[in-house]
Amino acid sequence: MAKTGTFADSLFKGILTVFAGTIILVVIAMIVMMFWNSLPTIKEFGLGFLIGSDWQPASDVYGALPFIYGTIVSSVIALILAVPVSLGIAIFLVEQAPRSIASPIAFMVELLAAIPSVVYGLWGIFVLAPFIRNYLGPFLQDYLGWLPLFQGRLTGIGMLTGGVIMAIMVTPIITAVVRDVLEVVPTSQRDAALALGATKWETTLIVLENASSGIAGAVVLGLGRALGETMAVTMVIGNAPQISASLFEPAYTIASVLAANFAEATDRLYLSALIEMGLVLFLVTFVVNAAAKVLVMGVAKGTNAARQA
Amino acid sequence: MTMLTALCAIFAITILVIILAYIAVRGVSAINIEFLIDTPKPVGEGGGIGNAILGSALMTLLATAIGLPIGIGAGVYLAEFGDNWFGNTVRFLSDTLIGVPSIIVGIFVYTIVVLPMSRQSGFAGALSLAIIMIPIVARTTEEMIRLVPKSMREGALALGAPQWRVTWNIVMPAAASGIATGAMLSIARISGETAPLLFTALNSRFYNYFFDQPMASLTVQIYNYATGPFEIEHQMAWAATLILVGLILFINIVVRFLTKKKY
Repeated sequence: MAKTGTFADSLFKGILTVFAGTIILVVIAMIVMMFWNSLPTIKEFGLGFLIGSDWQPASDVYGALPFIYGTIVSSVIALILAVPVSLGIAIFLVEQAPRSIASPIAFMVELLAAIPSVVYGLWGIFVLAPFIRNYLGPFLQDYLGWLPLFQGRLTGIGMLTGGVIMAIMVTPIITAVVRDVLEVVPTSQRDAALALGATKWETTLIVLENASSGIAGAVVLGLGRALGETMAVTMVIGNAPQISASLFEPAYTIASVLAANFAEATDRLYLSALIEMGLVLFLVTFVVNAAAKVLVMGVAKGTNAARQA
Repeated sequence: MTMLTALCAIFAITILVIILAYIAVRGVSAINIEFLIDTPKPVGEGGGIGNAILGSALMTLLATAIGLPIGIGAGVYLAEFGDNWFGNTVRFLSDTLIGVPSIIVGIFVYTIVVLPMSRQSGFAGALSLAIIMIPIVARTTEEMIRLVPKSMREGALALGAPQWRVTWNIVMPAAASGIATGAMLSIARISGETAPLLFTALNSRFYNYFFDQPMASLTVQIYNYATGPFEIEHQMAWAATLILVGLILFINIVVRFLTKKKY
């Protein structure tokens, strides 16, 4: 009995280990296969690929800079808009709202994260883009039109629309992590601050300070999601590989050039260029996510918040 | 300050309501039985999303058949044996894999399935979805199994049960409902994925039951209709979205009620 038990035990554990190992295998295979398939452009252009600003597949000239620029700028717009709102929601849910209100509100904010990206894209094309073209855009041009950021023709499709739609999509993710991080700050800290005569808001500031590395982690996690956001952005950013100061001009991100062109890329060098951009995006989001995880773990070791990251 | 933070919450909920309202209003007006069972037709001749619904269902089913056992197995490993360097590595890679853009998974599957087969296929689409699913299921499973009290394991071990029986017959059934809700949420997640299907499963204008052929999906169909030039296509995009979002919200709300006691 004992013997069969040990054999069955090691068999059981062996099978589970194989399943768990699959995850490691997938990650290694992803890096190897994408590197292998982007060798043609790596050999042809080297590092120049990343700083070249010309993108002309027809004449085999590939520079990824417009896409890197578009990815970074749209993500920054998204974070500028999403971080304050997410912080506000999380503070409201954890520090201020009674539980009976907080729970359904938290659920509704989570539902925002459950809506598929392509649906945000559809909504972006037919609701958000016209709104920006007819209301937000003219408003910004009236008051801040002297900034190069807000000059140019208003079509509703462009960098700003991409950033705004991304902001809506990362808000629930940042909110969820900040909420979990705030929840693990010990109640005794709040009690101590209140006992020393701090107001409710001063107490919240102290809580925020103690959770700061976790909040930073939440922001970095949001950045990771924004960098890789694909469908919605592809549908509203305009898909033009250019670097323009104006946020109303069409732009392109790495993820959206992949979504829009990969299926048609049959030329070997073209395919390789796209895969190399995919590899760059993979490595960047991988590092960003790892950083977020480390930051959140610092505050919330072994808790729910750590899992989210 | 409470006003300000409450406004943030109201703002987010307002956006949710606006999005859902648009989907409901614009979707309902374009939906009918024919639309649900027809295949796409040239603009002006009607057409529908029957083959796309079938394709999404088939690929989600195959992805679940591949991804669920591996994900659950990996999760059980992490919870029961995973407190070592191997477990930590798997955990770390799962967490980072969850955050990697899904289109990257599509590219990976393109290089290992589509290039060798030299054509897009439903299998490639399903495999992409499975890879997206595995780390999510693994982490929720681990979490659910860790919630099972130690005393249950000790009780079973003390009665002479071998380790694998303890895990298989005691711990996993105890965590089953939690694992199931995690699995449902991951199915909701992959059924909304578009990017990894664009160049793996591609699309198809016909009913297709074979995984070695390109396959239509609801999400890719929405993308094509939404970016098309004609108003009638846009209507169909909204109608298809209503079906998709309805399904996803339904799963999320059911899970919410099933797990209510935890909140």
